[in-house]
Amino acid sequence: MEEKVTNVLLSGVGGQGTILASDILCSVFHEIGYDVKKSEVHGMAQRGGDVTTHFRFGKKVYSPLIKYGDVDFLISFELLEGLRYINWVKKEGKVLLNDQEVYPPAVNLGKMKYPEEVAKTFKKLFKGNAFVIKALDIAVKCGDARAINIVTLGAFSKFFDIKDEIWERNLLQHLPEKVHQLNLNAFREGKMAI
Amino acid sequence: MEKILQGNYAIARGAWEAGVKVACAYPGTPSSEIIFAISSQYKKDIQAEWSPNEKVALEVASGASFAGARALACMKHVGLNVASDPFMTLSYTGVKGGLVVLVADDPYAHSSQNEQDSRHWARFGKVPMIEPSDSQECKDFTKLAFDLSEQFDTPVLMRTETRISHSFSPVLLEDRRESLIPIGLDVKDAPKYTMVPIYVRMRRVVVEERMKKLEAFADEFKYNVMEINDPKIGVITSGVCYNYAKEVFPNYSYLKLGIVWPLPKKIIREFFAKVKKVIIVEELDPFLETEIRAMGYKIFHGKDVLPSLYEFNPEIIEKAIKGKRYKPPKERINVDELPKRPPNLCSACSHRPFFYALKKLGVFVFGDIGCYTLAAAPPLNAVHSTVCMGAGVGGAFGASKALGKEGLGKVCSVIGDSTFLHGGITPLMDIVYNKGNATTIILDNRTTGMTGLQEHPGTGFTITGEPTNQIDLEVLVRALGVKHVRKVDPYHIKETMEVIKEEIERDEASVIITVNGPCMLHRREKRKFEHPYYEIEIGNCRGCGMCLDIGCPAISWREVMGEEALTTDGHKRKGVVSINRLQCPGCGVCQQICKFESIVPGKA
Repeated sequence: MEEKVTNVLLSGVGGQGTILASDILCSVFHEIGYDVKKSEVHGMAQRGGDVTTHFRFGKKVYSPLIKYGDVDFLISFELLEGLRYINWVKKEGKVLLNDQEVYPPAVNLGKMKYPEEVAKTFKKLFKGNAFVIKALDIAVKCGDARAINIVTLGAFSKFFDIKDEIWERNLLQHLPEKVHQLNLNAFREGKMAI
Repeated sequence: MEKILQGNYAIARGAWEAGVKVACAYPGTPSSEIIFAISSQYKKDIQAEWSPNEKVALEVASGASFAGARALACMKHVGLNVASDPFMTLSYTGVKGGLVVLVADDPYAHSSQNEQDSRHWARFGKVPMIEPSDSQECKDFTKLAFDLSEQFDTPVLMRTETRISHSFSPVLLEDRRESLIPIGLDVKDAPKYTMVPIYVRMRRVVVEERMKKLEAFADEFKYNVMEINDPKIGVITSGVCYNYAKEVFPNYSYLKLGIVWPLPKKIIREFFAKVKKVIIVEELDPFLETEIRAMGYKIFHGKDVLPSLYEFNPEIIEKAIKGKRYKPPKERINVDELPKRPPNLCSACSHRPFFYALKKLGVFVFGDIGCYTLAAAPPLNAVHSTVCMGAGVGGAFGASKALGKEGLGKVCSVIGDSTFLHGGITPLMDIVYNKGNATTIILDNRTTGMTGLQEHPGTGFTITGEPTNQIDLEVLVRALGVKHVRKVDPYHIKETMEVIKEEIERDEASVIITVNGPCMLHRREKRKFEHPYYEIEIGNCRGCGMCLDIGCPAISWREVMGEEALTTDGHKRKGVVSINRLQCPGCGVCQQICKFESIVPGKA
């Protein structure tokens, strides 16, 4: 096993399923033998604010928080929330973005502009290491807009050599039975998105 | 079996494994999950409760302890202020069954009204304090805390911080072991539990002797861990800070303290003998630093470089210790210029129209702790003071005393249903008793909203969902002597404004209670709105932005040009608003504000 700790930063808007996605990551990497730590960083939960989760795995993980500038993988469920953490990513880090805009209050009030061409900015800086997917469209196609987190996880799974069976079993453990098939589809569609 | 647990869930597990029988709390971030986890997973063995406030929580737990049961009381840092009265004296009575007070600090006030450092309570109260650094230790230390409590006849403080409470890491699960202490009360124990002067003086001697014994125990405590690596620099730290420091300076030597009070002096002396220079890494106050300096040691670095401010992280520690040698990662864009995404009241929240009404009336609002603090932010800007739970009720009374008759119509207090029951009843009693004229507004959203929808004595359900007595707020405030009690539907802005105006101008105590405004996230109670959503009649919208004054997340404004810059009837406009259908539950508040009939009900 690698000595090095891998840092995954997940960001999004409250209600996008950031926390569930990180729960699944935690159990997958723990099952294959890694030490894991994760920490949710948000203010007042559920009230439309930004939500980030730090997920780390390795032989031995100390800090529950990733050091600024040390992110190996940035997963963002929303473009602005991805951009907010652009400086956290290592030079050779990978970025996975859901191509979706959710306007924050200052934009809604017409006081500030939503940043333009976020995906392009990432592509320019990270070249082949920036991946943009239309997770919302795929999730809607699978039957529920809320599955964007699972679609994105499907895409993320492509970065690792972990058996589908492990991903899918852990995925289902975190979800109620009536949405199992929908989320399996979302995960599989997500894998094909990159 | 190993399981990944959040720190708070690990504490709940630890309590169960330790044979705890009674667990009490009032919700408070970052501690709220503990009692919820106990009530949902271990209710067969542990009687859990949401108490009306932290003082009651600790008192109930202490009674259980006197009767021989292991008992846990959980609270956030400011909760211990509320519970401090019984806490300080329970140090004298000691315990029978193990009694543990879990206190969760919130550096950088992610969800709190201050950033106090709870370690001071241990020294102040003369009780031991232990501090876990990950979920495994959360569980292990909880069990240990109960053993310690019984061994030394003392309440034990266990302190976590947000980053311990809310982080997840693997935990090895074990079985429950029942406590061996028999359940029962004995009247002969009165001198131990009755703190009248004659017995206080006796117990005070016991407390001082106990501190001596605890010092000896702390010296040998197996969770004070010394790691000698590079002997040039040694770090003394505890809790989550150990992990941050270890992350950025893996080669330094470490002394990680599992017990922070009483200070384990022997191992500290050994550490100083083994390393050349010592750095003390601790969040918030220089608690360890002050004590270690008092031992006569010179410290290489402590609060001279490490801040008392902020929540720590690996970067802050690296930067502080490396000083000029620290090289920050390259900044790709200036993220400070990006629009922020602060938390907001939910779409269709019943607080929004009420605060809009208060804003329109230009009243100074003494607020409270809870979701209504969100109304302090723009564009509502309708909360003008927030101190602690219940403080606004007394505060408004005090202000009305200072302002005299001039103050009529200019001031009121706003409090939630849960917080009113927590700390608002006694100040309201004061207003009536002392013939005040302050108006107290109870925004009843039928739950404890901000901390995640916990039950309270006004909801009619216990923590496990069992039906129970439901306090009728109107009957309660009338019993306190309030003669003028009004009920309003907050979604009707005009009527709400009229009622508020009448009551705040009244030269007598009054109470307004909102009705039919359950929290939008409530699972059991839902308000039925007349229409499924609202939409913009785009031809009519003047883009004036009146509807933006309520700060609804579903409403947005955009600039228009050319043909679009005219309404159907030829008025010039700079922009138009739109309503995001997915985010609009149809409360209709914006429609009441629009003067140009451009907000209309959507069709199902």
